[in-house]
Amino acid sequence: MTTEAKSAHVKSTAEPAVPAGLTAQADMEIRSRRSWKSWVSAAVGLYLVLSLYEFTIMNDRWQWDVIWSYLFSQRIVAGVANTILLTVIATVAGLLLGVVTAACRLSDSRLLRVIAYVYIWFSRATPLLVVILFVFFLAALTPRLGIGIPFGPSFVSAPTNDLISRFTAALVGLSLYLGGKSAEIFRAGITSVSKGQFEACRALGLSPRETYQRVIGPQAIRVITPPLSNEVITMFKNTSLVSVIGFSELLTTVQSIYSRTFETIPLLTVAVIWYLLLTSVAMYLQGLLERRFGRGFDPAGRLRRRPRKTVRPGGGPGDVH
Amino acid sequence: MSTENSFLELVRIRKSYGDFEALKGVSLSVARGSVTCVVGPSGSGKSTLLRTVNMLESIDSGAVFFKGEMIGQVVTGGRRVPVRKRQARSQTLNFGMVFQGFHLFPNLTALDNIMLAPVRVLGISRSEARARAEKLLARVGLAEKGESYPNQLSGGQQQRVAIARALAMGPEVLLFDEPTSALDPELVGEVLEVIRELAVEGSTMIIVTHEMHFAREVADTIVMMDAGEIVEMGAPGEVLDQPRSARARKFFTTVSRG
Repeated sequence: MTTEAKSAHVKSTAEPAVPAGLTAQADMEIRSRRSWKSWVSAAVGLYLVLSLYEFTIMNDRWQWDVIWSYLFSQRIVAGVANTILLTVIATVAGLLLGVVTAACRLSDSRLLRVIAYVYIWFSRATPLLVVILFVFFLAALTPRLGIGIPFGPSFVSAPTNDLISRFTAALVGLSLYLGGKSAEIFRAGITSVSKGQFEACRALGLSPRETYQRVIGPQAIRVITPPLSNEVITMFKNTSLVSVIGFSELLTTVQSIYSRTFETIPLLTVAVIWYLLLTSVAMYLQGLLERRFGRGFDPAGRLRRRPRKTVRPGGGPGDVH
Repeated sequence: MSTENSFLELVRIRKSYGDFEALKGVSLSVARGSVTCVVGPSGSGKSTLLRTVNMLESIDSGAVFFKGEMIGQVVTGGRRVPVRKRQARSQTLNFGMVFQGFHLFPNLTALDNIMLAPVRVLGISRSEARARAEKLLARVGLAEKGESYPNQLSGGQQQRVAIARALAMGPEVLLFDEPTSALDPELVGEVLEVIRELAVEGSTMIIVTHEMHFAREVADTIVMMDAGEIVEMGAPGEVLDQPRSARARKFFTTVSRG
């Protein structure tokens, strides 16, 4: 751009003489554009909603009365309680295992790093179903479980079959699985925090514990909450895999009922409704976590608010003539 | 070395990254209450040198002495070994560090950034730490910003909070690693102003900087580094106006043109 053009471009007076027609147009409200695409998408949406309504609510073969009669029945509720219990304990144990494994992966010791790596490798490679069956049939490999010196004497031990019940087998299997999965998520969360944060902590004399507790942890939690919530929600459904070893959680209970009554669809629907409820609770908790640890990363909640469709012009000097 | 009158002594510090020699045996003496500005081209080792002082960078040989005490290692039974972690942490408290990239904790408000280490490391009560943090914020001109998170502050404001955070630990020496290099030009002045006031108050400071006018104004000693060595050292007038070495002359003509 030449100098003259530039100076002409930036020339500014308080209120330049603009034709009245342009001023009127400039002051008009800006609205969203009507498009045939919005009509089409609305029609498709309505079609889907109506078909789904016809297929489910208005469909007598779904047997909603049967569903309602079972939804809060004693056996089903007991199954749900078992599912929650199994999920909560396995999640806590699995996440602890994951934290320890992630710490090993990031440690200075080569041995610990390799052990953690091999564990993660196995937990990724082995289907959860196989893990659960392996733990359940552990007695076939070692009749007695105990603590002692490898190849040497053991100090305390008990018969494997006394220790491994259906519940503990399910618990150990699920925990081992989540431990490996979450370890990688924890590691990613910690490495996502910039090196400068660690250096600032060191320069201030913070101990490693304080560093992780006050600075690195809160920042890592923000990053890992979405993927970790995904895993925990998956745990609710993964518990259904323990039906293979006959632990009576929600799905096993449902299956054992419909194998007698043949009310397959209604009972599976009961299970789905409960899984939906449990997932909703987990997602609500995820939202709380994200809000708590999102502090300081979202200026004035700007990212969370939805943009408004119409932009109203501010009170401009439109009538200064 | 005489333990009585030496404050901070860096003695023949060497540091290599693989084949690259970042520091080729650098020695530097810093007197209490003095301001030392370290200048030089990028990659000359000035930030590395600064970071060896508070152990952010390990050293291959040589040593840092503070008031006669070796920093980071201890000689016992004729062997020189690293100090215990706890002692290393207490040694770092002699030094306050201000980074080029601020490194405020984004999950904490400005006040909490300043209060964290005094409460957790020095064991000061929260109320007292808060009162001190508020005073420090006022001192760097940010009394109103205590409840703001770092991402709600401009770069210059963040760096001033970072200075307050370093001051909150009551360090004996302040280390500045290019404190204005990450700032927009119009924000440099407010940060330099704070450092200038600290100089007037008699703080001991080592400042790695590219701001030559500022260095001339506040420094008692200017150290010019190039390729891992100190090539020129002395009062600002000597070093900046009558550099003896060709390397220093070349550097100063380049920066004064830029």
